[in-house]
Amino acid sequence: MSFPWAKQYQPTTEIGKFFDKQLPLPRFVYGALGAGYPTPKNLNYFYNFGVLAGVALVIQIITGVVLGMHYAANTTVAFDSVEHIMRDVNGGWMLRYMHAVGASFFFGVVYVHIFRGLYYGSYKPPREVLWMLGLVIFLLMMATAFMGYVLVWGQMSFWGATVITGLFSAIPVVGSYIQTLLLGGFSPDNATLNRFFSLHYLLPFVIFGVIILHVWALHIPGSNNPTGIAVKTEADTVPFHPYYTAKDFFGLGVYLTLFAAVVFFAPNALGEVDNYIPANPLSTPAHIVPEWYFWPFYAILRAFTVDFFFIPAKLMGVLAMFAAILLLFFLPWLDTSPVRSNSYRPLNRILFWVFVVVALVLGVAGGKPAEEPWVRLSQVFTAYYFAHFLIIIPLVSRFEKTKPLPRSISEAVLAKYGNSAPGVAAQPAE
Amino acid sequence: MSLVRLGALGVGSFFCVAVLWGAVQPRDAVVPDPVKALYKHPHAIEWVHNGAGNLGITGTFDRKQLQRGFQVYKEVCSACHSINRVAFRDLADLGFTAPEIKAIAASYEVPSIDDKTGEPATRKGTPADKFPLVYPNEIAARAAQNGALPPDLSLIVKAREGGTNYIHSLINGYADAPASWTVPDGLYYNPYFKSLNIAMPPPLAADDQITYVDGTKSTREQYAKDIAVFLTWTAEPKLEARKETGLAAVIFLLIMTGLGYLSYKKVWADVKRKSA
Repeated sequence: MSFPWAKQYQPTTEIGKFFDKQLPLPRFVYGALGAGYPTPKNLNYFYNFGVLAGVALVIQIITGVVLGMHYAANTTVAFDSVEHIMRDVNGGWMLRYMHAVGASFFFGVVYVHIFRGLYYGSYKPPREVLWMLGLVIFLLMMATAFMGYVLVWGQMSFWGATVITGLFSAIPVVGSYIQTLLLGGFSPDNATLNRFFSLHYLLPFVIFGVIILHVWALHIPGSNNPTGIAVKTEADTVPFHPYYTAKDFFGLGVYLTLFAAVVFFAPNALGEVDNYIPANPLSTPAHIVPEWYFWPFYAILRAFTVDFFFIPAKLMGVLAMFAAILLLFFLPWLDTSPVRSNSYRPLNRILFWVFVVVALVLGVAGGKPAEEPWVRLSQVFTAYYFAHFLIIIPLVSRFEKTKPLPRSISEAVLAKYGNSAPGVAAQPAE
Repeated sequence: MSLVRLGALGVGSFFCVAVLWGAVQPRDAVVPDPVKALYKHPHAIEWVHNGAGNLGITGTFDRKQLQRGFQVYKEVCSACHSINRVAFRDLADLGFTAPEIKAIAASYEVPSIDDKTGEPATRKGTPADKFPLVYPNEIAARAAQNGALPPDLSLIVKAREGGTNYIHSLINGYADAPASWTVPDGLYYNPYFKSLNIAMPPPLAADDQITYVDGTKSTREQYAKDIAVFLTWTAEPKLEARKETGLAAVIFLLIMTGLGYLSYKKVWADVKRKSA
């Protein structure tokens, strides 16, 4: 860690000293999540969501590994084995509902985590690599979630796999070869199910590995904070433990309570009823939709309804959908404003909330059938999505007049709390 | 780095123009969908198993009602529909005793293999068996049903929008088709069915079609409710365990979170004091 005032691990027991010499794992944890990690003292509740996402992944891995003991990746029995889990495996219904609802909650907290980063400018120097590793995790999550959904081998699994792999067929020349490679055939079948199961088991551990890099990259500059200004002195920070371990534990409690409420009282509320019908290649559902967390991107995909010069509409949609995520990798160089936090960027702050609304409307439109007014709405909002990141933000960041920044985190905290405390004079901390 | 922003401007304009070009295209005149106009959503009614406020947080199945629903299934639905994901032993949830379950299982013939010749044969069911299929496969079902396929009902409540309400509304939803709507031969008009034309004849057409042994009034309305609740159980047999576990889990987590909040406040007290 970079801050010179970070506490150093001091083993007190003989066994502690023994291990510290040979495998300093306690030292590592102490510096990463313990008292040895100085953290800005002004982090708000939005900074809980990184830890929550990590816990969500662990829940997915634990429930998923046990589900894998009872699941059979074969098209003739896959759906039956899921129902076997629901009916005959001890606590199987709980594991499966936790896994299914857990995927939704994982995306939910990751979306909050990403928007937190957007609002407070956490993607800006010196945290570009941290931001990009986060996006890699997001992409891996999307692939993992999609393949996990196919494993159920219900109607929406099958037709979702058909639609999503069909996207690759839009790529000129090599598209149909890529689709065949993904499916292991010409339509989703046993080969598809087997490779998806294999990859669905593998990718979460890849995600885990990238999370380690993500946390490593976080610990080089240290956490960003709501003011966006850099840590200057020890007065700006508190040790991660016990301060943020206590706060994260409380946040985790709130998260788990909401999670349990959905798992136990409305486990199917976030799913599609069609996926309780076994896959049938001869019967296409009237309305094929992915899970809610893909809806904004699904809306962008479907927004391109006409050929653009020599580019077919389908290819445009596919390009736009991938571009919508990939452009986020360039965000640190598109937003050139030296001020990180939107708290001091009056114009960009408004644009941020406009973007939140746009993303939500795209989400709603993506879940609807391809009918008016939803198609036109997706088209206008898709245009804004691209304009926001690629045109507006580069311009705004150049011309915006930002508000003066506080001199330090401590000063900002004092400005916020100083006047409300009786009997203590507000003084800038040194 | 200004190259990045220049490229972004180009890519952004490209996608914006392409997508807005689609947005300004004239749309085909909307042809009103007659199915959409006539389709009716299931009525939401209160169910005992949904508990207080129909919220699905508390509430258990009415065992008597489940048994009546099972009777409706056995006497009417089972002529065409299987519940192949349910085992006879599961009937213990309905309040049947072990000898009763044995007797029910034995009244069904399940597929087996003749242990002398190895030829396909049947034998009496045991509690460990699942309810057998009505038709051995889809082709046989369609051949016997004038081309229609009666779905297995084990999961039907979770596989249809509206769930329990859907079954209840559909069973009682048969009506005369409006003049604007022509029902093909051999099909029946039912506005709660997604295509409005359902191949299933009205299954519970008259009061007193079934005689309930527990003295409950034999009405079509009651049949529809009972079968809807029975099929809710076949789709979600662990519903009661789920809610029971859920209440315990949520109460535990609320206490844990409360304690977590207090310790968070205590840990931070000195920092807040110093800052203030």
